[in-house]
Amino acid sequence: MAISPLDQIDAQLAQRLLAAALEGGAAYADLYFEYAAGAHFGFEDEQVKSVGKGVTLGLGVRALKGDATGYAYTEELAEDRMLEAARTAGRIAASGGAPTPAALETLSTSNLYSVAEAPWERSGAEKVELLRRADRAARAYDPRIVRVEVGLGESLKDVLVVTSDGRMARDFQPMVRFTVGAVAEADGKRQTGRSAGASRRGMEQFSLAGESPEEHGREAARLAIAMLNAEEAPAGPMEVVLGPGESGILLHEAVGHGLEADFNRKKTSNYTDHVGKQVASSLCTVVDDGTLQNARGSINVDDEGNPGRRNVLIENGILVGYMQDRISARHFGTQASGNGRRESFRHEPLPRMTNTLMLAGQESPEDIVKSVKRGVYAKNFSGGQVNISNGDFVFSLTESYLIEDGKLTAPLKGVNLIGNGPEVLRKVVMVGNDFQLSGGTWTCGKDGQSVPVGIGNPTIKISEITVGGTKA
Amino acid sequence: MSLRAANDEGARRLPDPQACQRAAEQMLGYALKAGAEGAEVLVRDGAELEVRLRLGEPELIKEAGSRALGLRVLKDGRPAVTYTSDFSDAGLERLARETVELAALAEPDVFAALPAPELMARQVPDLALWDDEVPRLTVEDAIAWTTRGEAAARAFDPRITNSDGASLSRVVGATAFASSAGFSGGYRGSYVSLVVQPIADDEGGKKRNGSWWTGGRFVASLESPESVGETAARRTLAQLGAQKVATCQVPVIFPPEAGRSLLGKLAGVTSGGAVWRRSSYLADREGTEVASSLVNIADDPLIPGAPGSRPFDGEGLASRVNVLVDGGILRTFLCDTYAARKLNRVSTGSAGRGVGGGPHVSTSNLIMRPGGTPRETIERVPEGFYVTHLMGFGFSGVTGDFSQGASGFWVKNGERTMPVSEVTISANFDDLWKNVDAVADDLDTRSSTQVPTFRVSHMTVAGR
Repeated sequence: MAISPLDQIDAQLAQRLLAAALEGGAAYADLYFEYAAGAHFGFEDEQVKSVGKGVTLGLGVRALKGDATGYAYTEELAEDRMLEAARTAGRIAASGGAPTPAALETLSTSNLYSVAEAPWERSGAEKVELLRRADRAARAYDPRIVRVEVGLGESLKDVLVVTSDGRMARDFQPMVRFTVGAVAEADGKRQTGRSAGASRRGMEQFSLAGESPEEHGREAARLAIAMLNAEEAPAGPMEVVLGPGESGILLHEAVGHGLEADFNRKKTSNYTDHVGKQVASSLCTVVDDGTLQNARGSINVDDEGNPGRRNVLIENGILVGYMQDRISARHFGTQASGNGRRESFRHEPLPRMTNTLMLAGQESPEDIVKSVKRGVYAKNFSGGQVNISNGDFVFSLTESYLIEDGKLTAPLKGVNLIGNGPEVLRKVVMVGNDFQLSGGTWTCGKDGQSVPVGIGNPTIKISEITVGGTKA
Repeated sequence: MSLRAANDEGARRLPDPQACQRAAEQMLGYALKAGAEGAEVLVRDGAELEVRLRLGEPELIKEAGSRALGLRVLKDGRPAVTYTSDFSDAGLERLARETVELAALAEPDVFAALPAPELMARQVPDLALWDDEVPRLTVEDAIAWTTRGEAAARAFDPRITNSDGASLSRVVGATAFASSAGFSGGYRGSYVSLVVQPIADDEGGKKRNGSWWTGGRFVASLESPESVGETAARRTLAQLGAQKVATCQVPVIFPPEAGRSLLGKLAGVTSGGAVWRRSSYLADREGTEVASSLVNIADDPLIPGAPGSRPFDGEGLASRVNVLVDGGILRTFLCDTYAARKLNRVSTGSAGRGVGGGPHVSTSNLIMRPGGTPRETIERVPEGFYVTHLMGFGFSGVTGDFSQGASGFWVKNGERTMPVSEVTISANFDDLWKNVDAVADDLDTRSSTQVPTFRVSHMTVAGR
């Protein structure tokens, strides 16, 4: 991104816009300028099937009065249109003296996502070759692979946040995303497998261990083949071992959302008023860490202009604190925690997760599996959902195995696990020493807004959770 | 706190289908001039107002308009897709050139073609998709409606102790489409909805949330805020004391709020895109029994005033009614032009389209036809599970394996007794649809996927 339209936004212009947002009496206002460019390449039937690109440019203006938000946006960065958006947002306040915006100071941020090989400077042909390599590897894995689909996405988001209390922060947020899907067919049975990688990097992503096109191709094929002979999963409460990495989805659903400060400020979360209390087994220490180098959920600066941070949510089972945005931090009389995030300039910021993970424990993963007489081993996951109020959550397994007498046996058909956040976390009875950050393409949805997040987990054992199979 | 009126020009600018159509035609010209042998342009222009109110105080007032243009070109049989929100002449002309250049990166694809000219829509029927009253709803109106809705919920019962708020959202938009295959047209649409979400405290620190909503293209068609609030309160209170049940196999009853997502999943596996990709368990099942004889499903884009109606599809083809399932027999796969060519047939006029991408198969108003049985009769089972809410993503279209989190009520001797939560229901989708043994007469027409209550003779419920 050599030239960005955001380069033309200077402090004086920002001050004029903030003054317009505050003129009706709002207590605070901020500006979120965004210029995002992305491209996508799709490959199937051994051919490049789709190529596309797009650009988004806009300004979102937010004005706050108490806990109330006024929000407006414009896609035209002409000053009159921006002033109109600022005044529309400012209408949330009807009276009171208009504060003047503070003098602006540019926030210096860390650099968590340096890009070594910028995708936008590479040729399309080079990217197409990555797709071909994955396709070849997947088809070569097994003759029963009948279809392969590969996708490569790249994006660069340039954001500028300016606040009426004097902060100005600019960030360039890169992302590459690579996905391979494979279909296996044999004896009238059909199965799919998927492997994906995403991070805030450039093309150097594909040189990392496990991230080459071939590795993703083979992994997608392996999964499709492995599940061809999957058996009906059991139904009912069982011991369950979650493999490392992707199983961090448990934390995202079981505690993550419930610890977002807005739900606790409104007392609608089942974790409301639980700070200082035991909410998980003492083996569990859960952090939300926006500062991991190049990770999908990392942020140098959040979408309210606060630096990304590492926040301990649960320490040895005790609830330490919530993930805060500006409105909630003011309510709780604390600092914003670098969790104010939004999908785009069309959206108001909300408390959101970054990379949510459980720290490693002492046990070897082998010992954990060995300790189970009859249960389920969950290896690959597709997604999850939680009801914030009652704490019930589900997550979906795409690769799992029966454990019999401490050994993995039959592969099981796609199945859901269902539990209640605090109840399940109290049943975490073993935590492995094999922490992994998932490299997957995780996207979190809340109030209709999607943001990229990371998850991670060591191998853990849950003494009892309901497995939603068909075999009653 | 008080609020001022929204009454300036920006907030009141109405989406204009003619202006969108002019922009689409202009871009089509640029694309052909840049060397495309075929091109399609979609332009969307919309304005939204969202007001969220909680415990009587406004929490969010959001107001904005936005427009965007999507372009698809074919050059030497190679497709490329781009989008922009920059409508300047220079910006459009540059994007047209860049898109044609981008197509060189794709490979010639004999299936990627524009529809045959004789299939294109000849006219744009008026399907009553617009209500002048929707854009006239002001911020004050929205605050009044949400206040009434939330207040009705909170006043309904002292056990309603909190609120996730009430929100009103209105959108008005214009859509225009121009194709070098010989079509140019536009239309506008409106939609408004109100949702109320009360909360009650339950034992053990758990909270119970329920919600209810009303929505439609016409302001006059909405349920009153008071009625929405009271229904939401009743639904919330009904969940107090919810428990897990023991793992078992029982009849499962799906009212529209839960059954809707099952019908959506079935549409996914009858989509031509999933079929030619071999990622549907129904890929080889056209003309065969895929559901019980009580199941009749159609996709109907031509219902006046319905949420999913569209006068033409995402490739400019005339909209038409397609019967998917007739007495349990799968009659057709829904196809856009690409899927149709892949499957050696003609498009069913089922292309959907967003500004950011090319055409894909999408349903319009997907309807499971109501049966003749009253809902109470359907619930007349010795023991069963009445599902009000499904959770999670547990469905594989390629195998039909279905396993989702569920909550609702336990039915005993024909009566809904205790509330149930934290269980899963599972079955193979093929069995689930074949085991539909009763369909009620209570079609819910609020959304673009419409189902009546129906019952599945048995599924596995996993709990304690």
